Amino acid sequence: MTTALNTLFITVEGTRLNKEGECVVVTIQDEKKAEVPLRHLRSVVCLSRAWLTPELMESCIESGIHVSFFGVTGRFLARVEGVPGGNVLLRRQQFRAADDAARTLELARALVIGKVSNARQFILHARRDAEAAHASELSETAKRLAIHLRTLESVSDLDALRGVEGIAARDYFEAFPALLKKGGAEGFSFEGRNRRPPRDPMNALLSFGYALLLQDCAGALSGVGLDPAVGFLHEERPGRLSLALDLMEEFRAPVVDRLVFSLVNRGQLKPEDFRTEFAGAVLLRDEARKAFLVAYQTAKQAKVRHAFLEQETTWGMAPHLQALLLARTVRGELDAYPPFAMHG
Amino acid sequence: MERDTWVTLSALQHLLFCERQAALIHVERIWLEDLLTASGRLLHERVDLPGHDSRRTSRVERAVLLGSDRLRVTGRADLVEYLRDATTPSGWRPYPVEVKHGRRKLLDADRVQLCAQALCLEEMHGVEVPEGAIFSGAQHRRHEVRFDAPLRRLTEESIERMHTLLRTQSVPTAVRAPKCDGCSLEPRCLPQVTAGQKRVRDYLRQRVTVET
Repeated sequence: MTTALNTLFITVEGTRLNKEGECVVVTIQDEKKAEVPLRHLRSVVCLSRAWLTPELMESCIESGIHVSFFGVTGRFLARVEGVPGGNVLLRRQQFRAADDAARTLELARALVIGKVSNARQFILHARRDAEAAHASELSETAKRLAIHLRTLESVSDLDALRGVEGIAARDYFEAFPALLKKGGAEGFSFEGRNRRPPRDPMNALLSFGYALLLQDCAGALSGVGLDPAVGFLHEERPGRLSLALDLMEEFRAPVVDRLVFSLVNRGQLKPEDFRTEFAGAVLLRDEARKAFLVAYQTAKQAKVRHAFLEQETTWGMAPHLQALLLARTVRGELDAYPPFAMHG
Repeated sequence: MERDTWVTLSALQHLLFCERQAALIHVERIWLEDLLTASGRLLHERVDLPGHDSRRTSRVERAVLLGSDRLRVTGRADLVEYLRDATTPSGWRPYPVEVKHGRRKLLDADRVQLCAQALCLEEMHGVEVPEGAIFSGAQHRRHEVRFDAPLRRLTEESIERMHTLLRTQSVPTAVRAPKCDGCSLEPRCLPQVTAGQKRVRDYLRQRVTVET
């Protein structure tokens, strides 16, 4: 498995990318800005309109580098991929599992356990250096999440499972204001999750982070030959990457939420880094978006221990490992799906 | 029965190393792109191989496409030398040469792959191919291989086994072994968890039974 997880983000309108030798050359307004060896790349993410030469596109497809395109508002448009990985048998097994209520429930249960377990760990971590006034509130949230985890073990149908997930998510987000620190996070607030469009800076950051994470998860699933659109926890809908949404659940808190709070609490992003449209949508300004992308890439390089595989990995590698474990579960080589778990 | 599966010569090499590795590559088609990239590179490295150049007594063919309808095996040989031999109808006798990089002792996998090439050549030319050679790049020397009855039997059995894996689309369970450490597919095979000793249910239970 490739250990280089570098993603090339294109944020400047009209950037040109072409191939010279075994390198991608980035040109902005006729000026050569960067040269990146292809073998160091895992994906190219175009967040503004960019030109890619057909020759570069061909090389990316052949070497398994995902190229994805986002609209100017950050809406995902397309991802270019070559011949699907894995084989049709794995996908058939995935579809059969998705059609089988019992297997779907077990897979969805493991996915939600991963999500809630990591949300709880994130809260516990945050409590350690939270302001004293919030410590007990955060302990209370962690306790409630622990109770939800036990409930998850016994739910007997998907609706009940989704119900517990919803309550856990509500409890979790209710703790968010307590995670914002005075000083650093001056001017930021959180009054619940909103999206499409996000209406405050915190939600704008969360939405942007989740969009990036979703693409990473979709790429990881395609890489092992699973269909990112056929999920277990998330219902299928045309155009929806249900399995990628499933897979990203366990990473929301430890990857995106943690990053968002660290940027805000350390004062690396300020309220003036956002602009509010007349209708109420809140968007990151270009510089802030760039800062977020750099921080996101850096966070992916941080080392973390995989509790089930008992090996060191990075946050960036984790979705790939989980996609692989999911494929192994679908194939029946594992007795259940082991979600990525922060800590023991 | 529909017989449309073909075994590739390279699959035999994988099969003799590890049945699961062969199945992961050829049934699950994992890492196909990386392998193709790698094989392309290797092929490139092989351009300047030593070979006989005396045209009257031999001719050298590189990257030779081979196949056997009887065994349903196909692939490419690195190099086939055709030696002048008046006892054959065409006047040539093929002599396959497999090139191995690095310095290592001859493995059954190498002999079987070479023998499979010989079986293809026998069928394609209608002549007996009694021997070939494995050329070791690092040692810069040839090891002659005789295609005797036991080697031919092992080769045909290996081809049959690979056919069975492809036909039944089965991937044998992992068996943790010392050779796993040197296997490039180890990160995708995950022998430590798929060999069956680890239970995910216990792991999940640990996740949910936390202190409230």
